[in-house]
Amino acid sequence: MGEILVLAELRQGEVREITFEALGAGRNVAAKAGLKLSTLLVGYNLERAEDGLADYCDNILIVEDERLGQYNSETYQAVVSQVFRERRPALLLMGHTSMGMDLAPRLAVELGIPLVTDCLEIELVDGRLYAVRQMYGGKLNCRVRAREAEGYIATVRQGIFKPVKIESRGLVTRIGIPVLPRELRRRVKGVTAPVKSEISIESADIIVAVGRGIGEKSNIALAEELANLLGGVIACSRPIVDKGWLPSDRQVGSSGKTVKPKLYISLGISGAFQHVMGMMNSQLIIAVNKDRNAPIFNVAHYGVVDDLFKVAPALIKKIRELKGLR
Amino acid sequence: MDLIVCVKHVPDVSSAELRVDSSGREIDRAGLNYDINEWDDYALEAALILKEKHGGVVTVVSVGGEEVDRTLRRCLAKGADNAVRISDPKINTKDPFIVAKVLSAAIKTMRYDLILTGVQAGDDGYAITGPTLAEYLKIPHATLVKKIEVEDGRAVVWRELEGGVEEIVELDLPALVTVQTGIAELRYVSVLGIRMAMRRQIRTMQLSDLGLSPEEVASPWLAIEELYTPRVERRVEFIEGSPDEAASRIVEILRARGLI
Repeated sequence: MGEILVLAELRQGEVREITFEALGAGRNVAAKAGLKLSTLLVGYNLERAEDGLADYCDNILIVEDERLGQYNSETYQAVVSQVFRERRPALLLMGHTSMGMDLAPRLAVELGIPLVTDCLEIELVDGRLYAVRQMYGGKLNCRVRAREAEGYIATVRQGIFKPVKIESRGLVTRIGIPVLPRELRRRVKGVTAPVKSEISIESADIIVAVGRGIGEKSNIALAEELANLLGGVIACSRPIVDKGWLPSDRQVGSSGKTVKPKLYISLGISGAFQHVMGMMNSQLIIAVNKDRNAPIFNVAHYGVVDDLFKVAPALIKKIRELKGLR
Repeated sequence: MDLIVCVKHVPDVSSAELRVDSSGREIDRAGLNYDINEWDDYALEAALILKEKHGGVVTVVSVGGEEVDRTLRRCLAKGADNAVRISDPKINTKDPFIVAKVLSAAIKTMRYDLILTGVQAGDDGYAITGPTLAEYLKIPHATLVKKIEVEDGRAVVWRELEGGVEEIVELDLPALVTVQTGIAELRYVSVLGIRMAMRRQIRTMQLSDLGLSPEEVASPWLAIEELYTPRVERRVEFIEGSPDEAASRIVEILRARGLI
């Protein structure tokens, strides 16, 4: 019986949530195709990790070695490719994360099998991989067909698939250490701590956030005025930090902060997935964007399809009037 | 040092309304503006900064037809020294594995210490080409790079993990990095620079120059079967009317919830 293999991702000895999500994605495919679901756990000091995984898969394959304590593409590629060649899974899954994005493409070329990245849906039809993913910054979806091959790799988007528990507990098998490269050309030197912020947008009740649509650095003052009137703080999407217009502690999204304010006003943000991840659980989301199809309107409660430079000043004026200000 | 930057010419979709064309597999390209892929623009910026610090030559490489020259000229205007366009109608330029293969064949004929690509492209978003190219060239790589320092035949790079955490990785050169947006502030292109770049030669390479057969670059690893607007259940209530009317309605909503 064939299998679907999920490569576990660890952070400080803990299995990351994305691994359980990838197992959820794998479970659906495995059930339809009559395949077993296995987790490949690579690392060092894996007791805690091992225990948490047993409820989610049929097999846990462990490759444990001091040299694998930290993710490094060179050692991990050597391990995963050797395990893949031995077990020949129908599909290898991992997260579309800093590890999966780093590792999966090289593995695909080394093994000569197709890879589909950042998947929202995955299907094996007569053994062939089909996947749904986004294109053009989330404005369109596409269904991708991989070429016919002996096996496939897919990376899955975070926060899409639900973990699925099973009745039985997965069987643990220890695999001998595959051959590791003797000399590494890539070496991990350490990890930096997040920079301490001056303000914490996470604790704000009201956030006015700006995106690419704000156009110029000087226009941020407009959003600031609105934020001040409402007693809130200003935040932004990634492009604004990339341009150096606001410091990184104002960035909302998967590479920034996750916020859940009472009110989130979004000005000129199209709503790429990475941003939406960080604000979708806000209690009230009001979005202003010129494009009716912008993905931000998929999570907003109220939407205004118009120019933010017309709507924001009008809103400022109304609030000033209400407060008896001039 | 010899620096190679791989760039892609892509439609700017940030503020455009996209339509799927009659094939059902591609977007209607009419009326769209094309420009350098945003991530590649940052990769070029990082390369130019390294050149300013250490000296050397920056070569930009792209795959595609003549329309790609606009993006290559923009790179020259910013300070790249050479531009190469790999062009052959037989190349399936939509497949990231084929593009990486083609790039690797061209780059094998060049000198390089460091290759820079964007993390991904804004059109297909695969994030496959960079690491794949490193595998074809059998050189070490690092993805999601936010900072680069080079010394003594090594590059030290900062990789973006999540939540503001970065991983510091050392790479032996030659190596490849995929660059994340925000690695540095982008420089502007001067009018004079553009004018000078218009006169520069862009070197073109064909399959025959690369030692690749048409079969190797024609059949894709991935094919798009269908392109469509996501069918999501929207909870959004659109507020119609003039900006003034919209503002009044927003104030009402905020007052009803005690937010003002």
